[in-house]
This record gives sequence, structure tokens and C-alpha cells, in this order.
Amino acid sequence: MPQIFHPSMNTLSRVSIFGAVFIVAGALTVLALVVRSPYVTGQNLALDQPVPFSHEHHVGDVGLDCRYCHTSVEHAATANVPPTKTCMNCHSQLFADSPMLAPVQKSYRDKTPLEWTRVHDVPDFAYFNHSIHIQKGVGCTTCHGQVNEMPLMWRDQSLYMKWCLDCHRNPADAVRPREEVFSVDWDAESLSPEERQKLVDSYHIESKTDCYHCHR
Amino acid sequence: MSTLQENPPPSSRRGPIIDPDYNFGSVTDKISSIVLTPGTHMGWWLGFGASFLLVMVMLWSIAVLFARGIGVWGLNVPVGWAFDITNFVWWIGIGHAGTLISAILLLLRQDWRTSINRFAEAMTLFAVSCALLYPLLHLGRPSYFYFLIPYPATHGVWPQFRSPLIWDFFAVGTYGTVSLLFWYVGLIPDLATLRDRARNRYAAIIYGILAMGWRNSARHWMRYQKAYLLLAGLATPLVVSVHTIVSFDFAAGIVPGWHVTIFPPYFVAGAIYSGFAMVLTLAIPLRAAYGLQGLVTERHLDNMAKVMLTAGLVVAYGYLMEAFMSWYSGNVFEQYVMLNRLQGPYRYTYWALLICNIIIPQLLWSRAVRSSPIALFILSLIINVGMWLERFVIIAVSLHRDFLPSSWDMYTPTFWEWSLYIGTIGLFLSLLFLFIRLLPMISIFEVRELLVEEAHRESE
Repeated sequence: MPQIFHPSMNTLSRVSIFGAVFIVAGALTVLALVVRSPYVTGQNLALDQPVPFSHEHHVGDVGLDCRYCHTSVEHAATANVPPTKTCMNCHSQLFADSPMLAPVQKSYRDKTPLEWTRVHDVPDFAYFNHSIHIQKGVGCTTCHGQVNEMPLMWRDQSLYMKWCLDCHRNPADAVRPREEVFSVDWDAESLSPEERQKLVDSYHIESKTDCYHCHR
Repeated sequence: MSTLQENPPPSSRRGPIIDPDYNFGSVTDKISSIVLTPGTHMGWWLGFGASFLLVMVMLWSIAVLFARGIGVWGLNVPVGWAFDITNFVWWIGIGHAGTLISAILLLLRQDWRTSINRFAEAMTLFAVSCALLYPLLHLGRPSYFYFLIPYPATHGVWPQFRSPLIWDFFAVGTYGTVSLLFWYVGLIPDLATLRDRARNRYAAIIYGILAMGWRNSARHWMRYQKAYLLLAGLATPLVVSVHTIVSFDFAAGIVPGWHVTIFPPYFVAGAIYSGFAMVLTLAIPLRAAYGLQGLVTERHLDNMAKVMLTAGLVVAYGYLMEAFMSWYSGNVFEQYVMLNRLQGPYRYTYWALLICNIIIPQLLWSRAVRSSPIALFILSLIINVGMWLERFVIIAVSLHRDFLPSSWDMYTPTFWEWSLYIGTIGLFLSLLFLFIRLLPMISIFEVRELLVEEAHRESE
């Protein structure tokens, strides 16, 4: 009776059994990396906007405070996007004829709001409140990144739940003095871990990690 | 043969564990011909067809469940677990006989295990497959079942390691994996036999790949025996651990009727009880259909009946202790559980359970019953029913009357729960029919070994 298998099958089967382990492990690793990559999270991806509004210019060069536009951030769950009227405070005079600002002028004339593309969109099943984070000394740049260096807005962080929990489990990593919350050039290294822990204590930061605290 | 008649060894007084007319060649022919004969019996097609139809019923029930949600079942508050978990525990329990036969009886050198271990192990695997369906299906959001697996997730949350449900996941997962390995390793020499005897080229190639280059060399055998023993050692604690942890799902809860310290041993005994009942339910028709009475002898049936009787007595002790503790605890809720079982709206299930699991199996004391395949078959069916009722009584009947009378409710299974249950029986039988046709249902090499051992015993 002839042999069913060629002798090379021995090597082939050994290699395939041995290789299967690495293929499975490799596939799982790649999957884990892809899920965390900007390709999936949308981090560092500048989105098109109706008007190419530059935080780099308005915050970095001009030096506007965050609250000049995002007025509700200290008191409400959402940090509002300003109405066109806020833009017109300056742009009724400055660059009023610039074609770049034509959509703003049109919005003001027609009384139709500009439809910005949302960059930071937390899923609807997660409750998030800006005001409590501001009150407890979490700076804008901690989550939103160095907006003073962003010509167009992009997302600096993944907004994954693990990212939320990392701070909620160790709030001392993210806290800064209240008066520095709106600063874009606060140096996180200027406080020692002990000093930050003191801030956590004095601000009574009791960050929650229960499911129902965010998934209400 | 003459020595046998003059000086019968103790085993022969209770009948041989293998028909003395068998020799190496005829054992191999007998078992491998079931697989390798071309053309399939009409009976096989009928059985497989009927089972496969039930698999379709199962898929239909699952489709309806996914489309409409858990609401198609009769679950409510407080009865949040009923048919789903009852069937899960029932199937997992059935699997235990396979592991006990293959691992513990191997280590104890019980040679009668050799001709029943293969299909008992296969039964274990198929029962575990059926069992695994239920926890997934009862999740409500089955697509998120992988949350049970501890992996570095982007949500930064790990499973609750203090919960018995996660222990259960690991226990059943380990059980399934080790059972599969044990079964497959046991199959390798037989797969090589099939490879060598197959006349169909494709069959030879497939069995050849599965046999992993087995050449019957002495070195192969030496390593093989070591590996098999090691696997048996690994599988042995599983016989006890799996159902212990399944029982923790209940015992760690505070529901009266669940919060009982005797649950682990009582569940393990129940699992072995139902498992051996299922082995008998399958072995008796199989040996008749394929003429295997010389390999699965009356001595096997007798031994299995004795194991069943012993396990049944342990289970009976469990029931007795449950009743005793509910009285002795002095706790009104615990006492009420027992009264509710005896007199409540589900009293029929409890009384039927006592009759099926304790009263009728006492017939096994009689040698006449133990040596009658038909009587054993009927008894094994009754015990299967009884063990199902036991899980139903523990799970649903305990839940429907919890601490607050205002939350009491009744549970009635719906059509979709019955169809899913019957469907999983179909899945179990379909897998079994495929196994019978495609793989040797009795271990050829171990029976050959047994022939040598028997010959030695006779010559002594």
C-alpha cells in the first residue's frame, strides 16, 4: 500500500501546529492594537468644519479665555458651542470682509446657526458633566489637549471608558489648582504627587467608579 | 478455555467484561467496520434525520429568542432563572459520567471502563456543548458574552472575580477543554487504525491527518501512556470541581433553598447519578443496534447500575439533609422552603422528583433488575427525568417564593422554552449519531489491551 502522505507533511504539520499558536496570539495582539489606534478612536484627526476656526489663533495668539465662548462650562453639564453672535462681537469689525468668514456673516444675517462638526462626542449611554470636573480642579487641557496649538480641532484623547476610569481611580494624576483650570500652559510637573494628593483632599474629590454613576 | 471452567476467576462469576470469543482481529474488525463500511443504515438516517430536525427547532427557537428577546420565555421577577439554568445544570451534570469513567476509573484500574469510556467521553463533550448554550442564551445580550473573559478591554473593567458566575465560566471552560483533549488523545491510536484500514482515499487522508502521524512505535506508546495518565490526573479533580462550582452559583446566594452548605457534594453526586443514567440510556440501545453485547456486556450494565445506586443514595442523603436543615435551622424562611416544596403550587414536581430519584431506583438492589437491559433502560430514563426535576425544584421553586410575599409569582414555561430544551436534546443526539458513524465508539486499542490482560489472568 502506498504512503498516503509525503514525508514533507511531517515538517508541514509541525510548523502549522507550532505556527498556529503565534498566529492566534498575533491576531489577538493586532486586534487589541487596532482597537486602540487613532484609526478606530478618531484621535489626532482634524475634522472639517463649516468655518476653519482655529483654536491655535484664538487661544494661542489672541489669548481668549475658554469661557469667553464656552460660557456654560462652569455651571452646566455641557460646554456650549457659542452662538454666531459671539463671533460677531469681534468679527463685525475684524476681517469682516474676509471670504473665510462668509458663512459666519451669512449665519448672522439669516439667523441660522452654524452647524459645526462635533469633535468630542461622548456616547448617549454615558452621563458626563463639565461643571463638576471644572469645580474639582480638572483643567480643560487635561482632556482636550493643547487646544492653543490646534489650527483645527481634533480629539486628543480616546474617550474610551478605561481613559475615564484611569483618572477616576487616581484623581491625583489629573488634578490642578482651581485657578489654573483654564490655563493652557500649566505645567503638570510643577506639583509633586503629595501636593496633588493634598489638592484631592482639600477639594473633597471623591471620584466615583460605580457603573450607575455614569450609566444612569 | 479449559482453565476457565475448572478454576473460574472472581470476575467470571459475574460474567466476563469481554466476550471470550473475541480476539485481536475480530475486535478491530467489529468496531472499525461500524465506521468504515460504505453505505449507511436506514436506521441511522432515520435517527439522525429526526435529531437534525430537532436541531432546526433549536435554531428556530434561538432565532426567535434573539429577534424578540428574553420576553418570549416565561421568566419574571422573582423567577429570573428557570428552564435556562435548569437545563444548563442538567446537561453539565450529564457530562460528569464521561469524566468519571475516563479519568477516575482509569486511575483506579477498573478495566471494565475500557469499552464504555469512548462514547461516555463523547457524551460528555456533547452534553457540555448543549450546556454552554444556555448561559449564553439567557444573557439577554448574548453578543456581549465575552465580557466574562478577562482580557485587557478598552473599558478598563475586569469581570467580578468574587462572583461564582465567573468561577463557573472558568470551571466549565476548563472542563470542556480538558474533556476534549482527553477524548482526542484517546482517539489517536484508533484514528491510526482507521487510517490504515480505510479503503476510501479521502477517509484515509482525513483519519491520517487526525492521527497525527501515529506509527505504533514502542516510543510512541511509551510517551502516549504517560500523556494519557497525566491527562487523567488533570481530569480527575474536574469530576469534583465543576459541579461544586456550579453549586456555588446557588449556595453563594442568599435565596432560601439555595443557601445550603451541603450543595457541593450533593450536586457532584447528582451529576454522577444523572451522568451514569445517560450513559445507560445511550449504551443499551447502541449495543443492541450494533450487536456490541460482547463488548458492552451485562457486567458493564451491572457495574454502572451499582454506581448509579450508590450515587442515588448520596443524593437521597442530600434531600434528607435539606429537609433536616430546614427544620433544624429554626429559620422561618428555610422552613417555608421545605413546606412549599411539599405542599406548595409546585408540589407535583417535588413528589415526582422523590419518586423518580429515590423510590423507583431502589429496584437496583435486585440483581434481576440490574441484569435486564430493558429494565435498566427504563430506570435510566426515569432518573434522567428525576434529575431534571431536582434542578427545577432547586432553581425555580426556590425563587418563586422569596422573602417578600409581595414579590411572589408563578412561573410557567412557554412554548419557546420547551422547544429550545427539546432542540438541545436534538443537538446532543445529532452529534452522537455523527460520532457513531465517523469515529470508533469503543476504544479499539484499549479493548485489545484488555484481551491481553484477560488472557494473562486466565493463565495464572
